[in-house]
Amino acid sequence: MSLYDLFPPEFFKLSVPLAGYLILSAILFTIGVATFLFRRNVITVFMAIELMLNAVNLTFVTFSNHFGKVDGQIFSFFVMVVAAAEAAVGLAIILMVFRNRATLQIDDFDTLKN
Amino acid sequence: MDLVLFLTFALISVACALNMALQRHPVSSALSLIGVMVSLAVLYVLLGAEFIAAAQLVVYSGAIMVLFIFVIMLLNAGAERLTKKAGTAHFLGFPLLVILLALSSWVITNATSAAKPVKFGAFTGGGPREVGWELFTRYVLPFEVTSILILIAIAGAYRLANKEME
Repeated sequence: MSLYDLFPPEFFKLSVPLAGYLILSAILFTIGVATFLFRRNVITVFMAIELMLNAVNLTFVTFSNHFGKVDGQIFSFFVMVVAAAEAAVGLAIILMVFRNRATLQIDDFDTLKN
Repeated sequence: MDLVLFLTFALISVACALNMALQRHPVSSALSLIGVMVSLAVLYVLLGAEFIAAAQLVVYSGAIMVLFIFVIMLLNAGAERLTKKAGTAHFLGFPLLVILLALSSWVITNATSAAKPVKFGAFTGGGPREVGWELFTRYVLPFEVTSILILIAIAGAYRLANKEME
């Protein structure tokens, strides 16, 4: 029983609609927003930002394919570079906060509240 | 074969993203995020963006996630504890997120209903040669600005994480 027996042969010749990639990107972005809103660990919240950036990159590359131009890929390259810089600075800030407050719970960072 | 590969890796990436959102321990979340990034790299290859796929593997799932794991290990981060403070976020957040997803999917399907489907091999302008050509001719100024940005980020990260400079 292989994969080829499960589906009719036409299934393997189908191409993907453009909306498939874009909706996958929307789903990943929504999961990233959900993680950003509902999680209480500052490192996980930071990882959610990376997930959202990845979802946007997928949209850029999809439209680069759609229009047949390489500019979208250049943009996603720049997004990657900015994400790397942001990860370095953000993790340094997390390190600094942890050194001062000895916690990673986002609820405990409430000095600016009230 | 396009649709099979797309569906497989789209399902893997969505499953890994959900796992990242639901896992309590940051290390599990980080490993799931690596799964999302690797499957997205496969999708980039399907879209004809070989250079971006390689950069995704090297920069994202290599460098950035190693940085994340490194910080998690350094801070000895355990599982997060649940708090009752986020009542409004839970109450309003889920419906609003569902509305966001439904609305964006509706807009996407309406706007791209006449678009031609993505065929593997139809777009071949994503190799290192083409990307490098554009990067160093039309986009050379943004490229140089980005290098300054990275320099500032390195200096800032060093300044923030250095204990002795306080």
